[in-house]
Amino acid sequence: MKYLDEFSNPDLAKNLLEQIHDVTTQKWAMMEVCGGQTHSIIRHGIDQLLPAGVELIHGPGCPVCVTPLEIIDKALAIAKRPEVIFCSFGDMLRVPGSSEDLFQIKSAGGDVRVVYSPLDALNLARKNPDREVVFFGIGFETTAPANAMTVYQAQRLGVKNFSLLVSHVLVPPAIAAIMESPACRVQAFLAAGHVCSVMGTQEYPPLAEKYGVPIVVTGFEPLDILEGIRRTVIQLEEGRHELENAYPRAVRDEGNLAAMEMLRDVFEVTDRTWRGIGPIPQSGWQLSPKYREFDAEYRFEVTGIHTDESPLCRSGEVLQGLIKPHECAAFGKECTPRKPLGATMVSSEGACAAYYTYRRLELVAP
Amino acid sequence: MTDAMERTVLDFEGWVCPMPLRDFPTIVMGHGGGGAMSGELIEHLFLPAYGAAATTDLGDSAVVSVGAGPRLAFSTDSFVVKPMFFPGGSIGDLAVNGTVNDLAMSGATPMFLSTAFILQEGTALDDLGRIAEAIGAAARDAGVRLVTGDTKVVDSGSGDGVYINTAGIGVLREGVDIRPTRAEVGDVVLMSGDIGVHGVAVMSCREGLEFGTTIESDTAPLHGLVDAMIGTGADVHVLRDPTRGGVSASLNEIARASGVGIEIVERDLPVPQIVKDACGLLGLDALQVANEGKLVAIVAATDAELVLEAMRNHPLGVAAQRIGTCVDAHRGMVVANTGLGGTRVVDLPIGEQLPRIC
Amino acid sequence: MCLAIPGRVVTLEERDGTQMAEVDFGGVRKDVCLQYIPGVEIGEYVVVHVGFAIQRLDEQSAIETLANFEKMGILEEEFGDGFELAAKQAGVVDEGVRP
Repeated sequence: MKYLDEFSNPDLAKNLLEQIHDVTTQKWAMMEVCGGQTHSIIRHGIDQLLPAGVELIHGPGCPVCVTPLEIIDKALAIAKRPEVIFCSFGDMLRVPGSSEDLFQIKSAGGDVRVVYSPLDALNLARKNPDREVVFFGIGFETTAPANAMTVYQAQRLGVKNFSLLVSHVLVPPAIAAIMESPACRVQAFLAAGHVCSVMGTQEYPPLAEKYGVPIVVTGFEPLDILEGIRRTVIQLEEGRHELENAYPRAVRDEGNLAAMEMLRDVFEVTDRTWRGIGPIPQSGWQLSPKYREFDAEYRFEVTGIHTDESPLCRSGEVLQGLIKPHECAAFGKECTPRKPLGATMVSSEGACAAYYTYRRLELVAP
Repeated sequence: MTDAMERTVLDFEGWVCPMPLRDFPTIVMGHGGGGAMSGELIEHLFLPAYGAAATTDLGDSAVVSVGAGPRLAFSTDSFVVKPMFFPGGSIGDLAVNGTVNDLAMSGATPMFLSTAFILQEGTALDDLGRIAEAIGAAARDAGVRLVTGDTKVVDSGSGDGVYINTAGIGVLREGVDIRPTRAEVGDVVLMSGDIGVHGVAVMSCREGLEFGTTIESDTAPLHGLVDAMIGTGADVHVLRDPTRGGVSASLNEIARASGVGIEIVERDLPVPQIVKDACGLLGLDALQVANEGKLVAIVAATDAELVLEAMRNHPLGVAAQRIGTCVDAHRGMVVANTGLGGTRVVDLPIGEQLPRIC
Repeated sequence: MCLAIPGRVVTLEERDGTQMAEVDFGGVRKDVCLQYIPGVEIGEYVVVHVGFAIQRLDEQSAIETLANFEKMGILEEEFGDGFELAAKQAGVVDEGVRP
C-alpha cells in the first residue's frame, strides 16, 4: 500500500535506530499513548532494538481497555434483548463485563454483529425497520467523527430504529491524569497520531508546558514510531519540553475543521470513569441534548447494573504504566487472551495481550 | 476423527467464544473453531465416551489397514460456509478439495469420496444445482469418484442453507510415513505458495465488511503436488494444509505435536501485496488467514532443495518458498523474526480473527 | 486509535446527500465517506478510519520524510560517529550505549 509500506523499510529503520543510539546518553522513560502504537512496537520488536536506557511505558490509549465496566454491562443488557441487533467493532466482542461478554450473548442467541464502520450499522437499521439497531460507539477522538456523522445522518434521514451507545474518551485529560499520578515515571509522550489528524495539535503545548514533558505527535508504522522516539530523546537530552509533529503527512496543527465542527454539534464533554484508572473529569464525550433521542442509554433505560471487577486484575496499573504486564501475578496463568480477566488482555492492542501474544517466550516459562 | 471437525471457513458464525468446556453446559460456536476449544471437546467428551473404540491419532486423516492389505487413509470433514458462493469458488469446491487435501496430507492418493447433504427447507434449487456442478467438476479435476451419498432436509428454522459432509478414502504407497509428529530439529519449513488468499476472498463479500478486490479463492486439490514431492525420493516428514487458523495454526499444531520449536522469517513469507493490503485495512495477521490450496511441508534440511525444486515445477507450487526452520528452542512454540530484526511469538489463534479498529 | 490507512480516491458519488467515494488501498477497494474532506479530488490520497476519511494525506510530506530517513543513513556512512571512527582506527571497540 502506497504511503504505508515504505514506512516499514528495514534499512531506513536501521538508520533511525543508529541515530537513536547515537543521541542517547542517559536513561529516559517515555509513554506511547495509543494502543495501536503499543501493538506496532511489540509486534515489530521495536522495544527490543532500542538502546537499553530508553524505556517505553505503554499508555491507556486502548479505547477497548478503558471503556467503563458499567457501559460494557449496559451493552450486554441491551444486546440480550430480542428486538435488538447489536453492532460493534470486532475489538469489543471479547471484552469481559462483570459476568460475561458479547460473544457469549451471541452464543446464547443474541443478535450481535461485527461491522467495519458505524455506517454499516445505520444501513442495517434501514434494512431492518422492525428491529432496533444499536451501535457500540467506543473510541478516542479518532473514531468520534465517524460516530458523529452516523448519528447526524440518522437524524437527517429520519431513521428511528437506530441508536448509539456512546463511550468516547479524550487523550489530553488522560495525559494530565497520568502526570498527576504520584507514582508517575513518564518523562515524555508520544502523542497519538490519528487522534491529532482529527483534533490537531493545539491542546498539547499547554500540557507540555505545565508538566515539563516533550510531546511528539507520532504515527504507527515502524519508521514513524522510531522517528517519534528519536525526536523525543533529542528533546529530553537537550532539556526541552515542546510539542513536535513527527507525523506531518497525516497531521496538521489545525486538525480537521469539518470533523471538529461536527463533533461540537453532536457531542458534549462529560466526566468519564476509565476502567482500571478511575474517574477523570471532563474526559469523555456523550451525545448532546440535540441528539438525545439516539442515545441508547436513554432509549433502553438500562438500570440496576452492579459492576464486579476481578480482584486479580491489575489492568489499571498496566494502563497507567505503573507496572508491565508480566509483573502481574495473573499474567499468563489465570489471565490469558483465551480467558481474559481484564480488557488489557482482550484487546489486540492492550498491553497485556501484546506482551502475551508476542513476548511470553521471554517472560513466562512455557 | 479429524481435528478440524466443522470446517466453517471464515464463517461469521464461527467466531470463537473464549470460555473453556467445563464452564459452559451447552455447545457454543467456538467448539467448531478447530482450535483449542474443539480440541477440548474431543479430549474431554468424545474420546472418553468412545473408550476402547477410539484412536488418539489426531492428524488430518487416519491411516488404517485391513490385515495385510494396502494402507488406507480415511478422512471426513463438514462444510458450512457463508457465503456459499465466493470469488473463485463455492462450498462445493471446498467440500471436495478439503477432504482430498486431508488425505493428501498423509501422502495418500485420494480415490473415493462420499457426499452427504443436510439442506434447509427453502434452499433454492438453482443454488443446489450450482453447488452440485461444482462438486462434480472438482471431483473430476481431482480424479476422485463420488461413490455414495445422502440427502436430508431440515426445517427452515434450523440450520442455515446447505451443510455438506464429505468422507474420503485414499491409498498410501509403501514407505510413506507423513505425520504431524515427525518434525525434527534441523528440519526446514516450506510453503507451497502465496498465503492468505482464500480468507481474503471470502471476507471480501461478507456482509458488513465488503470490500472490492480481484482476489479469488485458491481452492485446489493438492495430491498431485504431494506426489511430485514424494516422487523425488525425499523423506517428507510433515504435510499440513493451513485452512482455518492459517499458517499460524498449522505450525503451532506441528510444533506441539513434534515437540520442536519453529522459527520463521517474516521477510521470507510469500504474502501477496493484495493480501497485505486487505489485512492492513481490517487489522488482520496474514499468518492467521485461511488457505485452501496451499500446503506447509517439513523436510530434512538435506532434502529441502530437491523438494523445493519439485514443488516449483508443479503448477500449484510455482511460488514455493523456504520460510523457516525447526529448532531446539522454545519447543512447542512458533517464533518469527520480524522484518526489523526483532522477534515475536506467532500465536495459535483462539478463533477467527476479528477485524479491529485500533 | 488507531488503525487508519492511506488510500487513493478513485470515484466520487453523492449518496443520501453525503459525499462518498470508492477508495483504493493498493488493489483493495472500499466505500469511504468523504464528508470531512471538502473539495477532495479523484487521485488524492486520504487517511481512512472505520470507513471515514479523517484527513488528507500530504504526499509531498511523505516523500520528504522518507528522504530524510534515507539521508540519515548516508550521513552516518560518510561521516560516522567521530569517536567510533577513532576507536576503530585505534583498534579499540567502542561499546557505548549500543546493545
